[in-house]
Amino acid sequence: MEKLLEVENLTKTFTLGSVLSRVKITAVDNVSFYIKPAEIFALAGESGCGKTTTARIIMGFEHATSGAIIHSGKKEAKNEKVWFTEGIQAIFQDPFSTFNPLRQVERYFFETIENYKLAKTKQEAIARIDAKLRLVGLSYEDLAGKYPSEFSGGQLQRISIARALLTDPQLIIADEPVSMVDASLRMSIVNLFKKLRDELGVSVLYITHDLATAYYVCDRIAIMFRGDIVEMGTVEQVLMAPKHPYTQLLRASIPEADTTRRWKEEIRLADTEQDEYLRQGCRFAGRCPRVMDICRTTPPPDFEVEGAQVACHLYADAG
Amino acid sequence: MDNTILRTEALHAYYVLDVYGKQKILKAVNEVDLAIQEDEIYGIAGESGCGKTTLLKALAAAVEPPLRVMSGRVTYRIAGEEVDVATLTPEEKRKLRLEYIAYVPQGSMSVFNPVARIKDTYRDFIESHISAGSKTEAFDLAREHLTELGLPIKILDAYPHQLSGGMRQRVTIALATLLKPRIIIGDEPTTALDVVVQRGVVQLLKDVQRKLQNTIVLVTHDMGVHANIADRIGIMYAGKIVEEAPTDKIFGAPAHPYTQYLINSLPKFGDKTPRESVPGSPPSLANLPSGCPFHPRCPHAKDICKQEMPGFTQVEPKHRVACWLVGEGEHGKAA
Repeated sequence: MEKLLEVENLTKTFTLGSVLSRVKITAVDNVSFYIKPAEIFALAGESGCGKTTTARIIMGFEHATSGAIIHSGKKEAKNEKVWFTEGIQAIFQDPFSTFNPLRQVERYFFETIENYKLAKTKQEAIARIDAKLRLVGLSYEDLAGKYPSEFSGGQLQRISIARALLTDPQLIIADEPVSMVDASLRMSIVNLFKKLRDELGVSVLYITHDLATAYYVCDRIAIMFRGDIVEMGTVEQVLMAPKHPYTQLLRASIPEADTTRRWKEEIRLADTEQDEYLRQGCRFAGRCPRVMDICRTTPPPDFEVEGAQVACHLYADAG
Repeated sequence: MDNTILRTEALHAYYVLDVYGKQKILKAVNEVDLAIQEDEIYGIAGESGCGKTTLLKALAAAVEPPLRVMSGRVTYRIAGEEVDVATLTPEEKRKLRLEYIAYVPQGSMSVFNPVARIKDTYRDFIESHISAGSKTEAFDLAREHLTELGLPIKILDAYPHQLSGGMRQRVTIALATLLKPRIIIGDEPTTALDVVVQRGVVQLLKDVQRKLQNTIVLVTHDMGVHANIADRIGIMYAGKIVEEAPTDKIFGAPAHPYTQYLINSLPKFGDKTPRESVPGSPPSLANLPSGCPFHPRCPHAKDICKQEMPGFTQVEPKHRVACWLVGEGEHGKAA
């Protein structure tokens, strides 16, 4: 099987506190996954689960404590930054802070073209920019001479995507691309990812806390909790028949736009986040309704359950 | 019997700005008639920049320049009598806050003083409303209230930064409901929280409402939260309420094209059929389109939509819609 990007045993620890009360937090703990060509892969979880840190390591903003990123069969090395970023481009959460408000939006496009030497003349550059903007439902005329404040959040996010497409990347890393966009415009962004996958064969690493859009757009999904991937598989497996108690809780907590399915039972919330990071054994043990003795002492390995990968002691026999 | 506790009549609230010597007017609340009942959770939904927060400011009697109420009025019913908010003195308004009407904002980080313990903030709030309360009495009240809501008492000794976002938001709700207000106004109280935490906060709001039998006016753009908690929903677009109905009607039989788009664009589990966003972008409140403000984005727009704003048509009792497709309507009173 061809793998476009592979993340191997990625670990990142942060040190908090002063010299006397130093605490080590493992934000990403031995995480492995891969993305196939022309696939939308979701990395989902709540805030503080390590999904953004993982993305930042892949994008090269952060250095991993250990582990490797493999792109098209080659490991990333420092002197190959340009090759790496040409194949992998990113878009970010807040479209309003992506662009400098005092700078014309088109400058960002010309800058990318210059950085990667994508065009020889200005005409060529404009033709390329226009072609990419048309993919997202805009055109160069819509953009020429305008400042970020003249666009809505949804438009800016589509402009970000067009900018990322300039280098013809194989993979786009999208960190919470719709959480700052109005619900009424959200689908226009998400549908765009589908179009890029189906028409251009671009893969997307979709980082989100919104499982409903993840279900709608993604092929496979990994659920992260406090630095670990607790469950991974196709969206049908993971979201329609969740196995891990945490995925089950997460899935049941999504407010569905259906008045017949209001929440009935009460839930328990974590006391503080730090406790869960520092927990020995399974980090969900403190809140898990089906906790066993072994969960408090031993971190669960990955088991294969009905085709999905689940890190939970409940499935020790099944594996 | 009329159970209306909070009413607006033809409310117009505009931001009047002075931009380089030129007057600029943002029509954030543009002719809104609401009649919010006692013992009801009323949801207001709409995209950002549609005037939701401005409407809440007007409801909470917190109108400050550059925001101005141009015409219309907001009334509270206090002890059986309708009181026009505009006639209240600042001292009367201060007294009403917390005791009669409370406000839960989105960013709970800025509610608490970062260098004071939670209990000091509680004491400030309590002492500004209950006179002659001794220190211990105030703490007893706070402690009793937190226990009632199922929150740990030890948080009173914590500083705000020591609490997680969800806990801080719940402590804010506890603070707002301390004096058992008749009306609670929530401006996106669950936005920016994780789904599991959001569920905990919604649970708490519901509990509080059930105990106090009071009114909650809840603004959020998350239709899933509305489906879970609201009794009635008003859909707001460009400063106007365009549709109002009980929650199951809004989700089951939306009548306004905007509401239909809003409901149909929501992704559902187990259903991967393609979904479309509302076409186009929301209008600027400084430069509203003529007629119905939705007409440039509406696939069914007719000539009359470009010329005149439609009035409300009662589709069913308690379900009203402002759209020319549904009926001519008669612009006017709240149901």
